[in-house]
Amino acid sequence: MPRETVAEFAVEEVQVLSEDETVDEELLPDLSDDELLEMYESMKRSRRLDERAISLQRRGELGTYAPAIGQEAAQVGSAYALADDDWVVPSFREGPALLVHGTPPEQMLQYALGMEEGAEIPGGTGALPPAIPVGSQPLHAVGIGWGEALQDRDNVAVTYFGDGATSEGDVYEALNFAGVYDAQTVFLCQNNQYAISTRIEKQTQAETLAQKAVAAGIEGIRVDGNDVLGVYRVAREAIRKARNGEPVLIEALTYRRSMHTTSDDPSAYREDEESEAWEARDPIVRLQVFLEDRGILDQELEEDIDERVEEEIADAIDAARAANEALDPADMFRHVYDEMPPELERQFEAFGGEADE
Amino acid sequence: MSDGERLRMIEAVRETLRAELERDDDVVVYGEDVGRAGGVFRATQGLAEEFDDRVFDAPVAEAGIVGVGVGLAATGLRPVPEIQFQSFLYQGFHQLAQHVARMRSRTRGTVSCPMTIRTPYGGGIHALELHSESFEAGFAHVPGLQVVVPASPAETAGLLRSAIRDPDPVVFMEPTRLYRAAGESVPDDHEVPLGEARVVQPGDDVTVVAWGSMLKETLEAVEDVDGSVEVVDPRTLYPMDTATIVESVRKTGRCAVVHEAPKTSGLAGEIFARVNEEAFYHLEAPMERVTGYDVPVPMFAREDAYVPDAARIAEGIERTLE
Ligand SMILES: Cc1ncc(C[n+]2csc(CCOP(=O)(O)OP(=O)(O)O)c2C)c(N)n1
Repeated sequence: MPRETVAEFAVEEVQVLSEDETVDEELLPDLSDDELLEMYESMKRSRRLDERAISLQRRGELGTYAPAIGQEAAQVGSAYALADDDWVVPSFREGPALLVHGTPPEQMLQYALGMEEGAEIPGGTGALPPAIPVGSQPLHAVGIGWGEALQDRDNVAVTYFGDGATSEGDVYEALNFAGVYDAQTVFLCQNNQYAISTRIEKQTQAETLAQKAVAAGIEGIRVDGNDVLGVYRVAREAIRKARNGEPVLIEALTYRRSMHTTSDDPSAYREDEESEAWEARDPIVRLQVFLEDRGILDQELEEDIDERVEEEIADAIDAARAANEALDPADMFRHVYDEMPPELERQFEAFGGEADE
Repeated sequence: MSDGERLRMIEAVRETLRAELERDDDVVVYGEDVGRAGGVFRATQGLAEEFDDRVFDAPVAEAGIVGVGVGLAATGLRPVPEIQFQSFLYQGFHQLAQHVARMRSRTRGTVSCPMTIRTPYGGGIHALELHSESFEAGFAHVPGLQVVVPASPAETAGLLRSAIRDPDPVVFMEPTRLYRAAGESVPDDHEVPLGEARVVQPGDDVTVVAWGSMLKETLEAVEDVDGSVEVVDPRTLYPMDTATIVESVRKTGRCAVVHEAPKTSGLAGEIFARVNEEAFYHLEAPMERVTGYDVPVPMFAREDAYVPDAARIAEGIERTLE
C-alpha cells in the first residue's frame, strides 16, 4: 500500500435564519422573547454608535474609526453566549461584542477621541483593549484560556479577528498552542471578505477559514455571520466545549458594509453591486423581520428602542467630550511603570507634570 | 516624470518606484494593499496596472513579506516591499535581524539581500495606536542594515533611488506627516548617495542635527533662536556621516540633536558619543537633546504633547547657547 489517504476532513456550515427569512426550527436556540429583543437592541445600539462616530469623525472630532456596520450579528450573537466573567479579546473592530460584554459606549468614544482612558478595562468585565496589530491578540486569548484552566476555573476567552489576520504567523501559533494546551479558548474569525482592499482570494487559497483549525488539531466550523441566531447557536456550543478544554475556531461569513476605517475609500477596490447585494442580507433587518413575524416586535416597540438607543448615545457623546476637555497630557507618563524610573521622573518634571497625592 | 516637476513626497515615492521598475526588470514591489488600491497612502497607485508582473498585493503577514524578500533576493531580484506602518515591521523584525541583515555575512558574501523595505513612520497625523512610532535606533542597532530617513520630496526621490540600487538592505523610513506637505521640484533620475549628510542651513554658533519629520520643525524653530544655527540632516542614520557632523561642531562648538523617538537609547546618544570622541575639546557647552519621552507614543489626544515642536526645539537650542 504505497499510497493511501491518511486524513480527511469536512467543514460544516450552520444557518438558522436564512436570507429569505425561513427558519430552521430544529436549530433555533431557546431564547426568551426578552433575550431576543435584547440582542436586537444591542445590534441597533452598535449600528447607531458607528453611524454617529463616522459623522463625528467627518466633522473632525474623532480620529480614525473602524466601524462594524454589517458585522453586528457575528459579534453580538457570539458575545451574547458568554458569561459575564468570561473574557473578550478583541481586535480593533469589535464595538458590538464589547458593548454586549459591558464596555460603556462612552468609553469606546473616548478611545475614538484618542484617549488612553478608552482602553481601560471596564470594571468587572474581562474585555482587553482593542489590539491594533493585526492577528496579535489570539495568542493572549490562548494564554487566558490556558491560565483559567491551570487555576481550575472554567472561564473561557473568545478572541475576535478578521480574515486578513489568518495570514499572520501569530494566528497559526495561537491555534496550535490552543490545541496543545487544551486552552479554554474560542477563536471567532469574522470573514468579512476584505483586509482593507485585499480580497479573501488574495489572502488565502484555502476554501474556508474554518479549515485552518484542522492543521492545529482543533475543531473548525463555519456559520452564516449575518444570522445572529445561527452565530449564537454555534458560539454557545463552542463555548461549552471550550469550558471543557476543547478549543474551537468559528468562521463567521459576513461582510463589512462600510469603509475599512474612516481613512479608507472602498470605492477604489469594490463594486457597488457587491455592497448592494449584501445590504439585502443585513443582519439587523433579518432579525427584525423574524421578530415581527413572531409577533415579538411591532412598530411602536421599534420606535421605543430607537429612541432609547439614540438618547444613550447622545449622552455618551456628551460624556466623552467632557472627559476630553478635562484631559491631562501629563497622564502619558503615569501608567508606563508601576513606579516611575528616575529617568522618566526627570522627564515628567521637565514636562511640568505634578506628582500624585 | 518630466524633469524638475514639482512633487509631494508621496508622489516622489511613486515616481521613483515607477522609474526604477522601468529601468530594472529585477525590481519587485509588493506589500499589503500595494496592488489594486495602491497602498494605504497611495504610494504605489497605478503601478500594478503598469507593471502587472512585478507589483503585487501581499497577504497580511509582515514576517512573510520580509522573509519572502530574502528568497526573492537570493534569486537575483531586488525586492522593494512596503510595510504599511513602521510598528508592523516588528512582526517581521526577526526576519529582518536574523536573516535580511546577515545574509551577506552568513554566506561570506556569496548571497546578499539588496532589499529596500519602505515604511511610513512617526506621529502627527492623528492615527491610531501603534501608527506613530519612530524606531530608527532599533533598526540602526542591527549590524548589516542601513537606515535612511528622507525629509523632503527631492531627498526622498534621490535617497530611494540609491537605496533600491544599493547592494545591501535598507530600511527606508518615510515621515508620514510630510507625505502631503508642499511639493518641490524633483530632477529626473535624481540620486542622493547613502551615507552622506547634508548641511541644510549653514551657521556659526550651534550645530543642530535633525532628520525626517523633525527637520521641518527644527528649521521653523531656528528662526526664533537668537544666534546663527547650522542645521545638519544626516539623511542616512546608518551608516551615519559622522565627519560632516563633527566638522560642523568643531566650527560651532555647540550641538543639539532633535528626534521624535524616545530619549533613552535614542540616536542622539550615539551622536553625542561620536562628537565626544572626535570634537570634545571644541565643545563650549553641554550638548542638548530634544526628543520624545520614554513613554509609548500616546494616542492622538496627547500626541502633540509628546512630539517635539518648534517651541521645545528652540528652548533646547537656546540652552546650548546660554
Ligand atoms: C500587523 C499589522 N499589519 C498591518 C496592519 C494594517 N492593517 C490594519 S487592518 C488591516 C487589514 C485587516 O484585515 P482583517 O484581518 O480581515 O480585519 P478587518 O479589518 O477586515 O476587520 C491591515 C493590513 C496592522 N494594523 N497590523
